Amino acid sequence: MAQENPNGASPATAALDYNTVPFKTRALPYAIVAPALIITIGIMIPFAMAIYFSLTNYSFRMPTSKIVWLRNWNDILTDAAFWHALWVTVKYSFFGIVIEMLLGMGVALILNNLKNWFSKIMRVALIFPLMVAPITATIVWQLMLNNSVGIVEHFLNIFGIYNFPWAAGTSTALMTVVLIDVWVNTPFCMLLVLAGLQSLPKSPFESAMIDGGSTWFNFRNLTLPMLKPSLYIALLFRLMALLQEYSIIFGMTKGGPGNTLMNLSLTSYQTAFQYQKLGAAMPYILILWVIINYLAKFIVNKQREANRQAHGLEE
Amino acid sequence: MKKTETSTGMKVLLNVLLIIYAVFALFPLVWMVLLSFKSDAQMYNTMFVFSPTLDNYRQVLFKTDYPRYMRDSLIVSGLAVVVSVVVGVPAAYALARYNFKKKEDIAFQILSFKFAPEILVVLPLFIIFQKLHLYDTYLGLIWVYQLISMPLLIWVVRGYFEDISVEIEHAAQVDGYSWWQIFFKNLVPLIRPGLVSAALLAFIFAWNEFTFPLLLAGSKVQPITVAITKFLGTDTAHYGQLAVAAVISALPAIIFALVIQKHLVRGLSFGAVKG
Repeated sequence: MAQENPNGASPATAALDYNTVPFKTRALPYAIVAPALIITIGIMIPFAMAIYFSLTNYSFRMPTSKIVWLRNWNDILTDAAFWHALWVTVKYSFFGIVIEMLLGMGVALILNNLKNWFSKIMRVALIFPLMVAPITATIVWQLMLNNSVGIVEHFLNIFGIYNFPWAAGTSTALMTVVLIDVWVNTPFCMLLVLAGLQSLPKSPFESAMIDGGSTWFNFRNLTLPMLKPSLYIALLFRLMALLQEYSIIFGMTKGGPGNTLMNLSLTSYQTAFQYQKLGAAMPYILILWVIINYLAKFIVNKQREANRQAHGLEE
Repeated sequence: MKKTETSTGMKVLLNVLLIIYAVFALFPLVWMVLLSFKSDAQMYNTMFVFSPTLDNYRQVLFKTDYPRYMRDSLIVSGLAVVVSVVVGVPAAYALARYNFKKKEDIAFQILSFKFAPEILVVLPLFIIFQKLHLYDTYLGLIWVYQLISMPLLIWVVRGYFEDISVEIEHAAQVDGYSWWQIFFKNLVPLIRPGLVSAALLAFIFAWNEFTFPLLLAGSKVQPITVAITKFLGTDTAHYGQLAVAAVISALPAIIFALVIQKHLVRGLSFGAVKG
């Protein structure tokens, strides 16, 4: 994405342009790509089936099903549970993305500024949480926040706070799962921003220094625009994952307390497996897929634009 | 000109902020390791000072099915990556070197699998897998794991191929080498560091996957990510063993990440950001 030329063809590929040669050679690249596509698209048959199922009353409990056309869609769009799930999805993604991006950027800027041994070790060590499976991270945090053996409880006791509810409280549950997501994924944003910072060209900063611009001025007008391509990549990967988050919420509370944390993924899962209504579960997740698809395209386009502008600044 | 130099006071502040974040990021891992060496008796009445024991490790490794879950994780993740490498590397080469119609569309199609909601894939697959007898099998999981490993491998390796000058291939062609010889003798050695790191990262992602095995496998095939939640449900008193399970699940991924550290950014961003 970032290294792509605007016209889509790199100089290297131009030299091997086989468009003017016989069919056998022309078909070759398709033949090479085909196995990869078949294996992955085989798995994508579900997409087509998902749409079909959303038009049926398919249930694991009944041997047969029939087409009910848009009834599932109609039921869901008029159901408060759907709008609640959408709202939870939006809240979770919003807090997750804002905290992860700002915190990741902050830590990256600090690491880039400090050149001592401590920051050098931290550059490596701070990546560790990202490598821990989200479900394992959830379990570790459950142990930490546990009211009997949890270390956080002992720490809070010092300040006179006892039995803080964490994931069990309706007003603190969202904060708790976002906290775990932030713990796992902030290093992702940090790594990308740090890589962006280290690849910044020196010359624009040198000329800015001669002009005597302030640190803040330089950051806003030079660093930030040139970092934008990396920031958009971090935004793309993180936002798409936050919108469909399943394992952290499932591992922590399975969507509870009550329906406090039921986002679109969990509601769809629950409708299918607990209520055994597969047909009715589909619209939730199909709507989420449409949202994700649209947002991904939007961010990719923004990233390309930012990339062009960043290259303009270098010259 | 002093303004661009960071002052000493500022340096101290930045160090303090970094320490605060480091405690947040690393303390849970340290604490998890500590807990894994604590006996159940000391769990409630000690914090940092306790007499360490290997009992929890002995229990988990020899008295539970945990080694079996680790084996399942290894088989499924390992073979998923092997399939992706065998099929994905040639595809990455084609997408890097040839110009053909719909090339970018195909590349983006492969990338979009990465963003597909897992539940959307799982629900219909749950039915398909049961009809094809793929439910709860290695083959079924290895197949669905392609959605995790294939896009990563193709996009990252494609970037490494694009970095190699096409002149190398032309020169070898002039010297009379066949395409296969050029590919395996010239190109593969050049991309090997990138290929290995992409494969290891794909392995980490597969190793950490939870939703697919939770819903598409049952009792016969059970990766550790699914098994670990059962430790939580049935054995609430044995926090030490739970910590051991968490340590064992996290350790391989962290070790691999250290190995591929230099290529990590490029892998994580699917080749978009060159670290």
